[in-house]
Amino acid sequence: MRQSVNNLSCQEFQARLPELIGTGERIADHPHVQSCELCSALLADLDAIAQAARQLFPVEEPPDDLWKEIESAIVREEAASRSAP
Amino acid sequence: MSYSTPVPPLRNAPVEAMAGATATAAESVAAIAPSGNDPAAILARAQGGDHQAFAQLYSMHKKHVYSLCLHMIGNVAEAEDLTQEAFLQFHRKIGTFRGESALSTWLHRLTVNVVLMHLRKKGLQTNSLDEMMEPDSDQRPGRSFGARDPVLSGAIDRLTLQRAISDLPPGYRLIFVLHDMDGFEHNEIATMLDCSIGNSKSQLHKARLKLRESLRNPPRQEALK
Repeated sequence: MRQSVNNLSCQEFQARLPELIGTGERIADHPHVQSCELCSALLADLDAIAQAARQLFPVEEPPDDLWKEIESAIVREEAASRSAP
Repeated sequence: MSYSTPVPPLRNAPVEAMAGATATAAESVAAIAPSGNDPAAILARAQGGDHQAFAQLYSMHKKHVYSLCLHMIGNVAEAEDLTQEAFLQFHRKIGTFRGESALSTWLHRLTVNVVLMHLRKKGLQTNSLDEMMEPDSDQRPGRSFGARDPVLSGAIDRLTLQRAISDLPPGYRLIFVLHDMDGFEHNEIATMLDCSIGNSKSQLHKARLKLRESLRNPPRQEALK
């Protein structure tokens, strides 16, 4: 699938995307994106994923016995520091 | 010496809100909550060596710390070990917390550092963090040249996204969690991971591409059982 602007195919453009993004270039302004529906849709998808992730911080509960292990470790550390010269 | 069982906080107000509160605001909160359960008072007691107060801080922050470890590392057993290490470091350093930042922010960064230190140590045994950040070619995202998949045209399913994130290669997951879920900036990530800002940006892009692939082709439910 060959795109006219910049003579970049979608394949070439997408291969260069990580590098382009790394340079800080505004990808939405890239001539290929301006003229290519597919790559524009790809970037929209990636933005949608980022947006969805911002709403997502699933909260997980640690196992109940984890506190006992932490408590024991703290007690051991305190005992060690008391016995240190 | 024994610690008492952690007790849940009476309120969910963040500690920092209380730590930075004016006297008037603190007084008004004190009027509606027992002073012993005031988060700022709990923190002060824990800093003074009160074990029960530290147990209360554990109860208040355990879910966030554990979830952060689990999302960054993607492995339950390691997440438990790292949560333990984070709280041990929290206990060792609690006296140095002066309230310039929010306690939750401070603990969050401490936890991120604990996980990164763990990854660096692990990297020495296996491969470098740079290598880990760039997974094998079969784990890298492919390229997409077909028509836009309608799956991503609508709302992204929360559970599917969570599963896809947990299935990301470790390096991609790390950058994605730090940037898109935790809100760290690329310059902060570059400092934390000792990589260039450009590398952080391009890795994030690859992580999102990989997620897009997973969201377009989610594993079949039967395969997950």
